[in-house]
Amino acid sequence: MGSNKSTLQHIPNAEELMEETGFSAAHIQRLYDRFQLLDRDQMGGLRNEDFEAIPELVTNPIKDRIIGAFLSPGKDMVDFPSFVRVLAHFQPTNSKRSKTSSQEQYNSPTRKLQFVFQLYDQDRDGKISKTEMLQVLQEMLRMEETDEQLQSVMEKAFQEADLDQDDAISFDEFKKSLEKLDISEKMSIGFLC
Amino acid sequence: TLASPDVQKQLATILTGEGVFFGIEAKSKSDHSHNGHHQNASSITGIPIVTFKWHHVEMPYTVALWILVAGLGKLVIEANHHVTNVIPESALLICFGFILGGIIWGADKVQTFSLTPTVFFFYLLPQIILDAGYFMPNKLFFSNLGGILIHAIIGTCWNAATVGLSLWGCHVGGAMGDIDIGLLQYLLYGSLLSAVDPVAVIAVFEQVHVNEVLFIMVFGESLLNDGVTVVLFNVFDAFVSLGGAEIDAAEIIKGIISFFVVAFGGALVGVVFGLLLSLLTRCTKNIQIIEPGFVFVLGYLSYLTAEMLSLSAILSITFCGVCCQKYINANMDEKSVTTVRYAMKVFANGSETMIFVFLGISAIDKTIWVWNTGFILLTLLFVFVYRCIGVFFLTWIQNKFRLVPLDFTDRLIMSYGGLRGAVAYGLAVLLDENKIKERPLMIGTTLIVVYFTVILQGITMKPLVTWLKVKRATSSDLMLIGKVQNKVFDHLLVAIEDISGQKGHNYMRDKWNNFESKWLSWILMKPSARKKHDHVFDVFHQLNLRDALDYVAEGECKGSLEFIRNETAYIDFRKKFGDDFSDISIQDTFRRDTVPSISLEMHEQTMNGLRESEDMNTHHLLQQHLYKGRKQHRHRYSRSHFDVNQDENEVQEIFQRTMRNRLESFKSGKMGVTPPKTITKHSKKDTQQKVKKEMRWNRPTLYSDLPYFEFSEESSASGYTGSIPRVSYTAGVGIENPAFMPDLDPMAPVQIPPWLAEGETDSATVAPSQRAQAGLPWTPSNLRRLAPLRISTRSSDSFVLADTLPSSSRERDELPPPPSPPPSPPHS
Repeated sequence: MGSNKSTLQHIPNAEELMEETGFSAAHIQRLYDRFQLLDRDQMGGLRNEDFEAIPELVTNPIKDRIIGAFLSPGKDMVDFPSFVRVLAHFQPTNSKRSKTSSQEQYNSPTRKLQFVFQLYDQDRDGKISKTEMLQVLQEMLRMEETDEQLQSVMEKAFQEADLDQDDAISFDEFKKSLEKLDISEKMSIGFLC
Repeated sequence: TLASPDVQKQLATILTGEGVFFGIEAKSKSDHSHNGHHQNASSITGIPIVTFKWHHVEMPYTVALWILVAGLGKLVIEANHHVTNVIPESALLICFGFILGGIIWGADKVQTFSLTPTVFFFYLLPQIILDAGYFMPNKLFFSNLGGILIHAIIGTCWNAATVGLSLWGCHVGGAMGDIDIGLLQYLLYGSLLSAVDPVAVIAVFEQVHVNEVLFIMVFGESLLNDGVTVVLFNVFDAFVSLGGAEIDAAEIIKGIISFFVVAFGGALVGVVFGLLLSLLTRCTKNIQIIEPGFVFVLGYLSYLTAEMLSLSAILSITFCGVCCQKYINANMDEKSVTTVRYAMKVFANGSETMIFVFLGISAIDKTIWVWNTGFILLTLLFVFVYRCIGVFFLTWIQNKFRLVPLDFTDRLIMSYGGLRGAVAYGLAVLLDENKIKERPLMIGTTLIVVYFTVILQGITMKPLVTWLKVKRATSSDLMLIGKVQNKVFDHLLVAIEDISGQKGHNYMRDKWNNFESKWLSWILMKPSARKKHDHVFDVFHQLNLRDALDYVAEGECKGSLEFIRNETAYIDFRKKFGDDFSDISIQDTFRRDTVPSISLEMHEQTMNGLRESEDMNTHHLLQQHLYKGRKQHRHRYSRSHFDVNQDENEVQEIFQRTMRNRLESFKSGKMGVTPPKTITKHSKKDTQQKVKKEMRWNRPTLYSDLPYFEFSEESSASGYTGSIPRVSYTAGVGIENPAFMPDLDPMAPVQIPPWLAEGETDSATVAPSQRAQAGLPWTPSNLRRLAPLRISTRSSDSFVLADTLPSSSRERDELPPPPSPPPSPPHS
């Protein structure tokens, strides 16, 4: 791997992060630089405002959810380890580093799917309710849509996915409904060194 | 390849020596001139009533006969699908060609017909490549372009060099006996054998349905390597002419430069023609009948222009197709698009058939069978082995950079799929006899290589794919959540790239989409198409519209639309579709796109006129945002089958939705002032009846106002003939549907169509019409599966009455006493 350990010393817990997430030293360094860049007031954490300052992100319809995904519940600042952990979900699944068992790795298909599930499930109750689904649909539309149409789409989606008919989609049902999608392929970004 | 003077001389010898066009014998020409004399002479002796003027029609007749024979051959072959499942059609066609060639040889003892390069390169190949370009899955193609180019360029050069050099090495080593071929000629031979052939790839991969990445890699390579092949062939051909002594560094450098010129020049010519074509279709609003003609003519011209400039013709026509697809599909009229799509398939299919038949016939020629075991076997071996080595090496390098690496089985199939075909044969025939003494041997060996790849590799491809459990094309019946999810992914990935500061793949894609929608669409698409383009309408959707209308028509004629009763019931159209609607529903092989996608909007085209701004067309937005991503998953490249991936769930879904939308318009159209978000239950039923009644009797006037309601007198489902006309719909005419105008102030008076206004006298109380009562709105039993709407419990409408009297349903001539006018409805 050729990691240059000395340069990483100023990054707290770099070693553990590398172990945990599977990023290489170069990746960590790069992400740290990026983190510093985003953290304009140098508080050691990213806040909503810092995210909002990213120009391209503003036009993204689901940006609030994504930003929310970075924030651990209860906190309003994203520190560097959380930042890296979230981004670790987007590594390609077959990256070579597999020190921990594949289930625990951040970029395993299950973890990726859990991340996506969290995007829907904002109240973190482990289920996607009808309202939550409706909200996602509403966000992804640029302009107005009558609630009825959205409602019918959402109803249909629920009918298909909600196998036990409890008016909420659990993680397993979610997983099943997406089994035709190749999650690991779709949800991967090449992290440049 | 046909531009150099030696080649032209070659062509001349082919043409005069073998006769015009299909190599008709020389003797027929002398007959022809003789006959002309004879005819002049015969007119003196008396007036002939009927004469047999064979030579008058000889050429076109022969051409037509050959096309017919090829078609008949295909008919015979396709008669039994069990056979074609095992042996690919192309192999069977070649065998058919053998048989035909044998017959001809038996009759004439000489080969009278063969696949000449002119015919092949000018008349048979272009339409196949145009078809490939036009139906190319662009997103998939461009996202894998890097890999494709690596294989096309480096892979082809590698093949050419290694095969040529190895053969020469073996020659020097004495394995081939006594033949007169020099190093340069070996290299030339290697270069003509190096090209993976698009026709063969399509023919073999079509039945196998491997996963799309694998397919696009091989297919894209087969298309793009023409640039390299052309250059290599010409360069080595020139070298052979010059002789070994003349080759120095300058020539080699010129060769390398010519590669760039030929390849990029060819692509550029194609792009130019593609843009030209898009611009042209933008202006053809008034003469829509010519549009398909333009497509084919400009495509062909791009091919010929590139050929004229000695650039790569295949690259040119490919890129022409690739660039123009989006715009011409948007600009052209619905019917033109269907025509173009289907005609392309017909031409391409026809050409492919003829090519394979003639490949078979060309084998029956005594002159080419110079048997040299060493040469032939070694060629076969080297072609195969070096392909495998080349592919594995290149994919190994690629995998270091790919996000999703290609796995072993994919790589194996990629190397196995390096099929040679008619292009190699055509180039071999172009070899100059004088310069290359062993031309017959080369032609013969090339044919053997082609047969080996197409027949043997073709037959074994499917079992191999199954045995290796290669990932197949997803018959993606993604659920609705999956579709939503795709969109979420698109946004998510772009966001993550932005956050982590990378300009990755998704970022590029996003940027290109922005650029394209801002500039290119503005120039190349009709304004009306531009507005609608975001809300892409497939023929599949239109078919559903048609079906919905037919369904409504049929239901109404039979007296009811039961599904309006209960809004929440689940509509199960699956069986309905299978049983009753097979004749009208998705049976046509004409499809706008191979990809069905969900569309919610029924009234799109008519609603355009209702509001200028697009806020109204909320359905499109749902479609655009939710379902745009899905299209990319669903490309199924097939030469002969133009199917929609039929997905019953989806069909059902669309139907349900469209029916609901339609009914909402029924419901609220009458009232006009119904607040958009709360559609009263009472008015639903009234509107339903009143509108239905008016619809039925005022048909002529309605037709102009509501172009959608094309009822036919007989309620036959198949009576629907017209397509949805694009009528500019003026506001205020016809049924205004507040459901589609969410911003409308609920209390603002909306113009109510005159015929509906009559009923406004007493707060929308409507007595059911005589007919409606008489034929109690009864559904035929098969309509019961539709989800009825919820009706107010206080309604004493005949529908509700009908509910309680199931037994007396079918008596239409018996008029039950009209129910008393319903009590005044609760206010909404």
